[in-house]
Amino acid sequence: MTTHAAAAPGSNYLTNGFSLKSWLLTKDHKRIAILYMISITVFFVLGGLFAFVVRLELLTPAGDLMEADTYNRMFTMHGVVMIFFFLIPSIPAVLGNFLVPIMIGAKDLAFPKINLASWYLYNIAGVITLAAIAMGGVDTGWTFYTPFSTTYANGYVVLTVVGLFINGFSSIFTGLNFIVSIHRMRAPGLTWFRLPLFIWGHYATSLVIMLGTPVIAITLALLAAERALHLGIFDPALGGDPILFQHLFWFYSHPAVYIMILPSMGVISEIISAFTRKKIFGYHFVAFASIAIAILGFLVWGHHLFVSGQSIYAGLVFSVLSMLVGVPSAVKVFNWMATLYQGSISRQTPMLYALGFIGLFTIGGLTGVMLATIGLDVHVHDTYFVVAHFHYIMVGGAIMGYLGGIHFWWPKMTGRLYPNFWSKLSAGLVFVGFNLTFFPQFILGYLGMPRRYWSYPDEMQVLNVLSTAGATILGVGYAMPLFYLLWSLKGGRVADDNPWGAYGLEWETSSPPPTENFLHDPVVTGGPYDYAELERKRG
Amino acid sequence: MADLAHSGGVHEAHHPKLQHHFEDLDQQREASTLGMWLFLVTEIMFFGGLFCAYLIYRGASFDAFAEASRSLDLYLGGFNTAVLIGSSLTMALAVWAAQVSKRKALIVFMILTIVLGAVFLGVKVIEYSGKFAHHHVPGDSFEWAPPYGDPANEAGTEMFFSLYFAMTGLHAAHMIIGMGFLAYLLIPAWQGKFNADWYNPVECFGLYWHFVDIVWIFLFPLLYLIGRH
Repeated sequence: MTTHAAAAPGSNYLTNGFSLKSWLLTKDHKRIAILYMISITVFFVLGGLFAFVVRLELLTPAGDLMEADTYNRMFTMHGVVMIFFFLIPSIPAVLGNFLVPIMIGAKDLAFPKINLASWYLYNIAGVITLAAIAMGGVDTGWTFYTPFSTTYANGYVVLTVVGLFINGFSSIFTGLNFIVSIHRMRAPGLTWFRLPLFIWGHYATSLVIMLGTPVIAITLALLAAERALHLGIFDPALGGDPILFQHLFWFYSHPAVYIMILPSMGVISEIISAFTRKKIFGYHFVAFASIAIAILGFLVWGHHLFVSGQSIYAGLVFSVLSMLVGVPSAVKVFNWMATLYQGSISRQTPMLYALGFIGLFTIGGLTGVMLATIGLDVHVHDTYFVVAHFHYIMVGGAIMGYLGGIHFWWPKMTGRLYPNFWSKLSAGLVFVGFNLTFFPQFILGYLGMPRRYWSYPDEMQVLNVLSTAGATILGVGYAMPLFYLLWSLKGGRVADDNPWGAYGLEWETSSPPPTENFLHDPVVTGGPYDYAELERKRG
Repeated sequence: MADLAHSGGVHEAHHPKLQHHFEDLDQQREASTLGMWLFLVTEIMFFGGLFCAYLIYRGASFDAFAEASRSLDLYLGGFNTAVLIGSSLTMALAVWAAQVSKRKALIVFMILTIVLGAVFLGVKVIEYSGKFAHHHVPGDSFEWAPPYGDPANEAGTEMFFSLYFAMTGLHAAHMIIGMGFLAYLLIPAWQGKFNADWYNPVECFGLYWHFVDIVWIFLFPLLYLIGRH
């Protein structure tokens, strides 16, 4: 361990050029990560506003705040923006972009220009989608089921789909860069089983991105061709099958959930190891669990079609395969718990997020096993039970990991520490607000409240009011980091190279890192998370 | 675990095409080739959705697909297959020319590849315009009648032509993009920048071009040949 913050005072990737051009034409993965963070935050706020409108409408049983048609557009745009423009790119494009090259001891990703192009494609796609939203939006739900989206929709389906098609390429570029970099650019001595679990998570995610995204791209392209050019691939009048659309759609969109959760699991492994000061229990199992989830994830899409009339035998197979995903997921959770056992736990903000992740992900995962059971799924299909389940995974899982990771690596990215009190308060609010928002939805769904409806029976109001109240708290919890993190850029305490005493290549370079990441090329001589060794060295 | 020691090796003179974040040209070449193969994997998945749809609908309306297939011109399709295989040969020769630093041969083979690609697209235009003339383009004006076949099969044949246009259209789009790239690569080729030390872009482009070719090798039998008799 060597520190060399003093070696090059004031020279880092942030101070290497201040002009707008030096940012907009940068090929530095760290700057691109910051650019991504800004764009993604804009979409997160936007998607959050749509969600707030939805929850506001559901405060009362009657549909009184807006027209039913407006409500359809609001939840559709909430889904489209949050899934495609926030959850999928969030951790890979921000934390992954920043950390993957540093963690493998490389100077940059393999294809810096493609990396920058990915950010531009993301923004072009975002602007096109925003244009569709500004002109009136879409009312199909984020799932775009045919023939609803082709024959009957009365929104800007084609424009939105063009936006998502382009956005897919930005994902593919990121995934391609990660896989090639991890294969070809690791530092000398950094073998596969010395890689941090964050890297394993991103490698598995990239595999899913590369194999899944092209399928949604062709599906959406065919959808657009059908709506715009009357090329009737999914049109029942021509013998086409709308169910084929659902199969192709979920072939990507189910694995997309693993695009969101796998990098988050990588983040959680890093945080838990750092704040228990222990090696991750069962490192190999946690690493392979990521790969197992990526592979199994491609074999379970049919569980979205249990009530679509697909063959009962297909349903049985998909049901069993879906439950199998629970195995590697549980392997991870149990290994994190075992890591906590007898660890020297410190309750820093990132750790609060990580512990929150474990709780929420476990609830989301267990209800996922329930939904994989055909009999139960038929009962709660398309109800708020499903809504609550996937929010526990995607919001409770992916966003907890994203925020935990942002806090954990904030000192590395900016050279400043966030304020302790406010960040712990925000982590607490997010956890409480999240549970208050979504736990009542499990009950609502079980009682039979269907998703995507703008009104409901009077007796369901209490639970809906609780949910909206929770959403308000959650909104405050999410908004707070925006303010105190921005404040910390000027007012935060200056961080040293390794403020957590954590183990990993990223903590051995200065905070913020120099443009070339390391002043000397790193050579790796040992396995990951070797805290015992670190303590020995520190004496 | 990590010692931030000075990297021992003396830096050799940098090749002008070596990017700063790679150790040497070999690493850079391996990375770009791997990247290209991975991109082709995504392309397979991209076309895969269409092949999947073709497979399912062919089974669902077999007679209509056979009838529609018979209306395609086997000679034009066969000629185009030969043209495309020829263009793959010239592209392979272009990669070889780059590897052995033969500048003139490289330029000639690249231009030949573009020309053959253009011939293919020209024939495709003739085929497409025939479809328009006979109302075989999916949409409101679609018609399926003798001498082509039984009007009862209209829905199924319209599905066939939806797939025909989607698949060959997507393939043609890949060729147009490829020809654009190849024309762009002519500039450094003309300037003599490709040689035995550095021929990465030509090699990677070759992989792409062969891939587009192979897609046609699957499209031709599926659309023109099987189920014809």
